[in-house]
Amino acid sequence: MNISVLQFPGSNCDQDAFQLFASGLGLPTRYVWHKDTRLGEADLVVLPGGFSYGDYLRCGAIARFSPVMGAVREYAGRGGLILGICNGFQILCEAGLLPGALIRNSSLEYRCMTCELAVEDAGPAFNPGTLGARIRLPIGHGEGNFRIDEAGRADLEANRQVILRYLDNPNGSLDGIAGVRSRAGNVFGMMPHPDRAFERFHPSRDGLSVARAVLASRFPDVIRKSA
Amino acid sequence: MKRPGLPPNPDPVLNQPITPELVKKHGLLPEEFEQIRRHLGRDPTLTELGIFSVMWSEHCSYKNTRPLLKGFPVEKAGAAADFGRVLVKAGEENAGIIDVGDGWAIAFKIESHNHPSAVEPFEGAATGVGGIIRDIFTMGARPVLVTNSLRFGELDSPVTRRLLRGVVAGIAHYGNCVGVPNVAGDIYFDRSYEGNPLVNALCLGTLRHEQIRRGKATGLGNPVYYVGAATGRDGLGGASFASRELSAESASDRPAVQKGDPFMEKLLIEACLEMMAVPGLVVGIQDMGAAGLTCSTCETASRGGAGIEIELDRVPQREAGMNSYEIMLSESQERMLVIVQAGREREIEDVFAKWDLHAARVGSVTDTGRMLVRHHGIPVADIPASALTDGAPVYQREARRPAYLDETSRWTPAAAGLADLDLAGARAALPRLLSHPTIASKKWIYRQYDHMVQHGTAVEPGSDAGVVRLRLGGREKFIAISNDCNGRYCYLNPRRGAMIAMVECLRNLACAGAVPLAMTDNLNFGNPYKPENFYQLKECVAGLAEACRFFDVPVVGGNVSLYNESPDGAIDPTPTVSVVGIIESEAQITRQFVRTADARLILLGGAPTELGGSQFLGIIHGRKTGDAPAVDLAAEKRLHGFVLGQIRAGRLGAAHDLSEGGLLVAVCEMLFGPGRLGAAVDLSGLRSPRLDALLFGESQGRVVVSVERADEPAVLAAALAAGVPADPIGAATADGILTVKTARGPLDWAVSGLRAGWETSIETAMKRPGLG
Repeated sequence: MNISVLQFPGSNCDQDAFQLFASGLGLPTRYVWHKDTRLGEADLVVLPGGFSYGDYLRCGAIARFSPVMGAVREYAGRGGLILGICNGFQILCEAGLLPGALIRNSSLEYRCMTCELAVEDAGPAFNPGTLGARIRLPIGHGEGNFRIDEAGRADLEANRQVILRYLDNPNGSLDGIAGVRSRAGNVFGMMPHPDRAFERFHPSRDGLSVARAVLASRFPDVIRKSA
Repeated sequence: MKRPGLPPNPDPVLNQPITPELVKKHGLLPEEFEQIRRHLGRDPTLTELGIFSVMWSEHCSYKNTRPLLKGFPVEKAGAAADFGRVLVKAGEENAGIIDVGDGWAIAFKIESHNHPSAVEPFEGAATGVGGIIRDIFTMGARPVLVTNSLRFGELDSPVTRRLLRGVVAGIAHYGNCVGVPNVAGDIYFDRSYEGNPLVNALCLGTLRHEQIRRGKATGLGNPVYYVGAATGRDGLGGASFASRELSAESASDRPAVQKGDPFMEKLLIEACLEMMAVPGLVVGIQDMGAAGLTCSTCETASRGGAGIEIELDRVPQREAGMNSYEIMLSESQERMLVIVQAGREREIEDVFAKWDLHAARVGSVTDTGRMLVRHHGIPVADIPASALTDGAPVYQREARRPAYLDETSRWTPAAAGLADLDLAGARAALPRLLSHPTIASKKWIYRQYDHMVQHGTAVEPGSDAGVVRLRLGGREKFIAISNDCNGRYCYLNPRRGAMIAMVECLRNLACAGAVPLAMTDNLNFGNPYKPENFYQLKECVAGLAEACRFFDVPVVGGNVSLYNESPDGAIDPTPTVSVVGIIESEAQITRQFVRTADARLILLGGAPTELGGSQFLGIIHGRKTGDAPAVDLAAEKRLHGFVLGQIRAGRLGAAHDLSEGGLLVAVCEMLFGPGRLGAAVDLSGLRSPRLDALLFGESQGRVVVSVERADEPAVLAAALAAGVPADPIGAATADGILTVKTARGPLDWAVSGLRAGWETSIETAMKRPGLG
């Protein structure tokens, strides 16, 4: 098992994501620099939160052109497992690896708080058996307002691609959507931070369940051992 | 001896003769100009005059406060050999450093950005955060938390709302992007800050002892590098701008406010820490903050006892045609000066290339003791480095006790004929106090700050102190931090008010389960040339110093911000204090929220008896008068020790100190946690001269704790043995009702109603439009 956490200039939750897997789940984890053009051996690629390239122009809009993203696209095409958290989710949307877009919060303000989320029954790819029906995860973003056109919205629901929904919508997201997966089921993106919910003193430890559920969609055996 | 003049500057504009008007425009006195001529042995060039004016401004030189600041203890008298020692003292470097054991240390400091924030709130506050973060990582430390202390006018003013919105958005914009959690803060709303808000930002970082870096230029011939963002014309003369009173014309000073780029800062942090981790590469490093390239070159040279020479053609510039005056005085953000070991240029250039940042070799270290600046190869400034730093003038200003103190200090409610509260008055007063923005929940502010990034935040904003877990090598330590200063007390009794700021921070830390390590302060005052203002400054510094010595908490650095005046007069004296403490184990982290119904509530320190300086007098009676509450340092020390002892014994479920709003506000704040609890409180047995003083007075040295029923006898017995007054005042209840029995009869409120007003007050006020 090898977890690879990408580092873009301006990533600032790279260490948080690293520790979620390294110390939270005890899995071998390493960083991959954005100028690398190859991912090497990777069983899960994590795009962490932060402000890649300052999020100038539009969140994730510059990062999608990073050298490493070519390898990420190729890896996704091969069915590789990918998790984008916060800015990572924004980058995956900009790169076309996940449907939809994230615009400014309806409050026009940044929000840092802990949210109640409903875990949607997204099918075996998100291992709902491991995850409770209600979880609590922190958010920290100014642009987490999920949008998609009508056709895309119908597709998401038809293919059960919504994985997390806010119970008390903090940012105006369409249908309270907080996280989605790709239609093929190997690319996951979410605005809430599982990487802020795994230590004893965090608002919850539900981040561990989310990380396990993502991994379990591909590696049920590994996760049973680490749980 | 008269030295020969410098050749003409390449920019003819800079060759004009130095007239008295020009000297005055630079904020320099005629006698200061004479001193400059003596230092140089000739007349200064215009570039040199600009350099002197920023380095001799209050902001850089502390010329009016240096003698006062000498009264602060800068070392810990009773530090253990491996813990709590001061490794870098206040004033030596950009920030002080304290040993936290096991070879690790913390660096922290607070700094103001008041004037820029008054003129351009968003950029002013944003660059305040950026500046203080640079002060920390220039020491070799990784920034792990920021906090802020804010002061504004009342929110009924649209201008104040505009300022608050801009300042909070600016702090959020910068801190969130850089990725340093904003874990604590304090804010007061008072008319005295109308038009002159205070924005004080603090940063704390962690480092290994061997990683400590100094702002020193040493080693003849060592190359001097400029790294980070390019230089533009923004922020010209910001340091001297910060050393003037604000006036109606200040808006035209906008070019003196810098523009921040937090993305650039994030890259700079990572690149600098990576560079500093290379053994032996960095000789010295200093950020370019106030006075930019000028300050960093002359200070590093002066500290290193060396000289420095630079060529401005090599400075990365983002505008064409900048002259030497502009380049030397620019306060463009996100820039650092680095002196590296000769022969290892390639190593620094590789690190910065990786991060796509400028690393330009602009000069080298000399042995002349002079700061020599060339532009297009022509010398444009040649100044003894120490003349700019140690040679700055020092003044002992005149202090005069303000006349208003005669009246306010004699004020008593009885003499003023102030009727005590009846039950109806008390019932109405509590919700009004709770929903005043100074007391109300600050969630509207801190939910805009990323307070959880770096995944170490153990106690989020909203409790007595912010707590962050530090991962130091293989070990964990928990750091607590609290900010405070009640300017109202400092106005009414400067010496005592400053002491209260300090003891309240210490009390907050004790309530969080933390032992104090060190403090940093930000002295925000009016124009020091007015003797009444200087009296306030002098008295506040004396009060802080006395409290620091009494508790053996050293001062590791800070900032002085004078000239905080608007056309309506000076602000209330505001010596903001921030104390950092350490919590021995995670189990000892204590919050202010009662967690279980049936938990017993005990008031420590005795019944409150005073009304002077209280929020109650201000909010309910519209008065800022009376003497500040009394301070008994010895009783405080006993109280803090007792609270910590009981936390270590595992007996306290919650602890919260009495501050603004007094006893009932403190009890409510303890109930406003995750549970939906009420409380049955009985105060009928407590002796206080007045009901209003008992319920809402702000007597110091009081803490309310919650304990399980079974532990109550042990806690009371321990308090008796420790000489700490302890009164059981009731218990938490599951019914969501707060009932209070008083000698005059019973009172009750639905906690949900009180909480709604407290929680939504600032948000509601901010929904009203602010003036652009």
